[in-house]
Formats: sequence, structure tokens, C-alpha cells
Amino acid sequence: MPAPSSDTDAKLADYAHPARLVTTAWLAEHRDDPNLVVVESDEDVLLYDTGHIPGAVKVDWHLDLNDPVTRDYVDGEGFARVMSAKGISRDATVVIYGDKNNWWAAYALWVFSLFAHPDARLLDGGRAKWAGETRPMTTEVPSRPATDYPVVERDDTTIRAFRDQVLAHLGRPLIDVRSPGEFSGELLHMPDYPQEGAVRGGHIPGAANVPWARAAAEDGTFRPRAELEALYQGEAGLSPADDVVVYCRIGERSSHTWFVLTHLLGYEKVRNYDGSWTEWGNSVRLPIEKGAS
Amino acid sequence: MSTLPASLADIVEDFTAVGPKDRLQLLLEMSQQLPPLPDRYAGHRESMEQVPECQTPLFLAVEVDDGGGVHLFFDAPPEAPTTRGFAGILREGLDGAGVEDVLAVPEDFYLGLGLGEAVSPLRLRGMAAMLARIKRQVRERDRQASSPR
Repeated sequence: MPAPSSDTDAKLADYAHPARLVTTAWLAEHRDDPNLVVVESDEDVLLYDTGHIPGAVKVDWHLDLNDPVTRDYVDGEGFARVMSAKGISRDATVVIYGDKNNWWAAYALWVFSLFAHPDARLLDGGRAKWAGETRPMTTEVPSRPATDYPVVERDDTTIRAFRDQVLAHLGRPLIDVRSPGEFSGELLHMPDYPQEGAVRGGHIPGAANVPWARAAAEDGTFRPRAELEALYQGEAGLSPADDVVVYCRIGERSSHTWFVLTHLLGYEKVRNYDGSWTEWGNSVRLPIEKGAS
Repeated sequence: MSTLPASLADIVEDFTAVGPKDRLQLLLEMSQQLPPLPDRYAGHRESMEQVPECQTPLFLAVEVDDGGGVHLFFDAPPEAPTTRGFAGILREGLDGAGVEDVLAVPEDFYLGLGLGEAVSPLRLRGMAAMLARIKRQVRERDRQASSPR
């Protein structure tokens, strides 16, 4: 089956990989394309059930993509099981959207990328933009026929970083995408999320602080390429050839920044450290820095 | 054996009687049944207490009437249905119960709802925080009511 076309929107065309993003207008036109599956991935596990884009299936970051025992993502078999049950085939174009500036949608897309799902895209602006444009929403849960998604081994070497790799990476570019209060060490958790804290406050030595949501405009869409370059290249001093590690608290906010650097700005070596501050900050004898950048 | 007020015990029973998928549906219904704030609180968040442990801002207020009955008021946005659902459970389960009954609710009663599997344990902690804050407010109100004028 032919893959649905890419969105030719002018803003998207400026990005390094414009095929990784679609606008709400494009999705409105293409959501019934035969080989396209819309996926909603939210922080709030019930939000999908209050209404979603017609035809969309829910993928929950915690219940579907995590292994509850090993603090890891599902393995190839687990991912194949989830995809097959949701009716997503390996050659499907998957358009992912969600709440909070696509925070959890970007996280889901990053996990899809660990399994190299060939065509996974984000809906620019996410759920809030679609709903704000009073486009159709429904509570009807689609029944997609199960597929036979192949078992693909998870690739943890390309876009994922582990603790010891980050330790060896010190001195090279690191972006901490948490709030300034978490970065300085003043807060042991994200504002309003005290249950997911660490025993020490601060950041990984040498990290620059660029809170993730600065990549999003007021309406939740990604900022235009020139503004993103000013932020990451100008302000944070990165360059596209850099070997970059991004992190936050558990790797979800930094998935958003990983998406920006990789797909919007075309950086070729960006890894997300999903252990992030809940691992680093709690680990015995790992070096940290305190204070503002 | 259970120390839960009857309405809360009923809710726990409803949740445990069904599988994880239907539990989510029940939680969604609880979120939809959460009543709007009365005029004296609507638009007056400064008179309510924030529960920062919830993933989305939630505000609550507690009143104790002359007969010793506890009344609960919650404010959470529609885009936070899980938090609203937790509030809905506490509202329907505890509103109208006596001070002693509310204070006797075990801190971990929510584990009995079987929601850990359906919404993940991490998300459940907001519920414990709401209950703790409700109890603290009930103690304060109760002390005020019984102190001589």
C-alpha cells in the first residue's frame, strides 16, 4: 500500500526532516487514508476516553510501552504484541499526538524509534491545537483488526544513552531540559510533581539548561526552524555535528528535545538518557553540579 | 472489618468487581460526576487548598456542618480526567460522612480499588495526597467547631 504523502506545509518544509511532522489541516484531510493510524499518547491515561480524534487508538506510555518490572521499555516481542493488538502494521504511517505540547506523544515516538518503526510522525500542536480548532472528536473507540507486527529487536545503541555512557560522555554536550529550579538543585522534582523526586538536587556536570517547552510556541506547535536554531545553536552553543545527550527526570520531556534536535534541526547524533535525574541524582557517588547555568 | 464509610466501601466494591479495563471506565464516570463548585468557591481558588502531588493542579475545600458532617469540594480541569476521577471517588465516598468516619479511612484505602494495574501506581499517589489533606482540614475544622466562643 502506498504511504500517505508528506505534508508540504511551508513551515514544516524548513525543518531537516519535514516528513516527521504533519499539521492539523493535513491530518484532517488524510486521517481516513488506508495505511495511516492515528495514535493518542497523553500524560493523563483517561484523556483519550473523554474524546479523541476519530479513528485514533490510545497508546499509554506507562501501561503499553514500559516493562513494569525491569524499569525498561518493552522488548521486541512486547512491542510487537502492543502494535498488533492496536492494529498497527510495520508499514503503517503512524501519526502521534497528545496533551501538553505533545510531551508524551514525543516520548511515544521516541520509543517507536527504538524499534525503528519506519514512518512515525507527530501532529504539530497536538491534541490542544486539534481540539481548539473545533475539529471532530469522538468517544467511540475504533476496532482495528489485529495485525501481525514483526518482532524487531530494540536498538538501544543509537538514540538511547545509559548511565555509564553518560559518565564517559562528561565534557561533551549535555542538555538538561528540566525547569531552572530543578537544574539548579533548588527543587528535587518538577514543579507540581513531588512524587517523582530524587535525593539530591542539581544537574549532570557540564549540562546546559534549556527547558523543553521553550521549543514550543504558545499554541503548542514547534517553533519555526530559525527560532529553534537561535535557541539551541545560539543560546546553548550546540552545533549540528555534536554528539549530544539530552535528559530530564525520566526521559519523557527530553524525548521532546530529542525530536527537535534530530528531526527538526537535523542533528545526527542525539541520544536520550532515559534514566535521567531519577537515576543520576539518586546514584551513589556520581558527580553532580549545583546552581544556575 | 472494613473501616470505610458505607458509600466509599460501595465504590471500592464496584471497582474490584470488574476487570482493569472497566475500572478505567468507572473512573471516567466518577470524573464526569464530580459536581461543579458552588458559587462561594467558584472563581475563589484562594479560599481552597492546592494539592500539588496531583499531576495536574487540583484544589479542594473541606467544610464540617453543625451536625458534624463533612462536605468536600474539588476543582480540577476537564483535561485532567484521572485527577477528577480520584476527586470524584472521594467526593462520592466521603461527602456527608461524619468527622470520625473520615478520619478513620485508612491512608492506603485506594490500593483496594485495583487501579494500580489500570492507571499505574505512580499516578495513584495523588489520591493519597488528597486524602491526607482532607483529613488535616477535617481535624482543623473540627477543632474550630468544638472550641468555646
